[in-house]
Amino acid sequence: MSAEAKTRTPAAFDPEAARSDFEILGREIYGKPLVYLDSAASAQKPRQVLNAMREFAARDYANVHRGVHYLSAKSTEAYENAREAVRRFLNAGSNEEIVFTKGGTEAINLVASSFVAPLIQPGDEIVLSVMEHHSNIVPWHFLRERQGAVLKWVDVADDGSLDVDAVDAAIGPKTKLVAIAHMSNVLGTVTPLKEIVSRAHAKGVPVLADGCQGAVHGKVDVRDLDVDFYAITGHKLYGPTGIGALYGKRAHLKAMRPFNGGGEMIREVTRTNVTYADPPARFEAGTPPIIEAVGLEAALAYLSALDRDVVAAHENDLHAYAREQVRQFNWLRVIGDAAGKGAILSFEADGMHAHDLATILDREGVAVRAGHHCAQVLMERFDVASTTRVSFALYNTRADVDALIAALGKARDILG
Amino acid sequence: MAMDDSLRELYQDVILDHSRHPRHFGRLEGATHVGEGHNPLCGDRVKVYLLLDRDNRISDIKFEGKGCAISLASASLMTDMVVGRSLEEAEKLMGGFLHLVKGEDVGSDLNEDDRERLDVMAGVSAFPMRVKCATLAWHTMKSALEGGATARSE
Repeated sequence: MSAEAKTRTPAAFDPEAARSDFEILGREIYGKPLVYLDSAASAQKPRQVLNAMREFAARDYANVHRGVHYLSAKSTEAYENAREAVRRFLNAGSNEEIVFTKGGTEAINLVASSFVAPLIQPGDEIVLSVMEHHSNIVPWHFLRERQGAVLKWVDVADDGSLDVDAVDAAIGPKTKLVAIAHMSNVLGTVTPLKEIVSRAHAKGVPVLADGCQGAVHGKVDVRDLDVDFYAITGHKLYGPTGIGALYGKRAHLKAMRPFNGGGEMIREVTRTNVTYADPPARFEAGTPPIIEAVGLEAALAYLSALDRDVVAAHENDLHAYAREQVRQFNWLRVIGDAAGKGAILSFEADGMHAHDLATILDREGVAVRAGHHCAQVLMERFDVASTTRVSFALYNTRADVDALIAALGKARDILG
Repeated sequence: MAMDDSLRELYQDVILDHSRHPRHFGRLEGATHVGEGHNPLCGDRVKVYLLLDRDNRISDIKFEGKGCAISLASASLMTDMVVGRSLEEAEKLMGGFLHLVKGEDVGSDLNEDDRERLDVMAGVSAFPMRVKCATLAWHTMKSALEGGATARSE
């Protein structure tokens, strides 16, 4: 049965049943059941993903697009099927618009280096929000350092929401790109991406969306969004590390210069000249993460077999429940309360540093993220050095929230 | 309530007291040596100021910065212990401290009193992810004395 057929008849979503697909959730940490609330950093992998990778590596593996032998053909087919799965997942128009990368970071660096850099004259601008992840900041800093680009920062409101008018106002005649997260990895804010794209396009400016979080928590339709580039990473989508993808509009990709140089991305190499392959191969130098691509396909099939709206509603329910429960702690300040936000809860605790808090939660088996979340510009915006972040995935339950709340109470006992 | 003993040892009263009321906290005017430290894991920063006298003794030391209980307590304890000492003695203390928080033998360089005072930080060794928090101030002091590039808590 194809993944497409599965999406037409979604199974009712049962988080308890889903949990049994994730072997790691059955283990104990310091003698306590694991409560994994750090999926925004990296999600756990269901056995369907692990099995698919193992079976592929054990039966069909060889290098892709190289040999004429049987296994090379099988591997190439599997690798290209994975590309088709990503296309379907993002509803892109063509497989040529899907470039495999190491992850979201490499996808954004690819756009910076191959699409934006050649356009930049000193004083040209990149518009981005203060809640971007470092992976959607540092590549633009490179262009500032090397070519004199100017970063135009769009602030968020105190509740973490991003106003489309503020983005619009930042786009001027010198803007070469708007680079914006679909969903904030710290605040959970979901940005009005479609509206941003339409405003930017009205001024002739392309938009890159960092979809590393956004693609996990809702359906993405790059054609409906009309976004120019959309970056995703596999390991947050319940897939393996080491693989991600860049969606890019065909016309952009065709006009772009190569990224890395090496095998696979060329048409012909002579002593004096080199010509390049068409997209997507032009941007996939070297042996790609083949086994990981198979794992990513399995992860997307796993997700697509579920009713994504029901999964999102489940995650949002957990967030709402946690948000309500933490109100009992008057020493805890939630950062980011935008309407329609995704299932991420960040907070600061009075007199308790996030690392001390996270250390104590850890000893209760509760895994959360503490720190700046690769979003130091946002930390500065909210005048905090670090926060504690709780993030929910499809396999979490209200019992996980209860364990978190109990552990927070213990932390207060020890530190407070 | 059966509280995790290693947590209790880590966050014992002496540590919490140091972190809430850090000694030698603030800016030292007229410092002869200044160093800045940065823990890239959490974004915490610490600045250490030293005043050396003509005999290369640490006649005064202060620190400022934001940090977790472990890093603040460690900085506070450090400033308390090194003030009035020679550079050689401070270095010995640091060596002993680094061994201690990594769960290694402290060696025979330190006297009984110093060992006992440092020992409140021994609980860190059960939390390998937090060793950097404990060592940041010490590394920063060292880099200040060596003339100051930003220290990283390695």
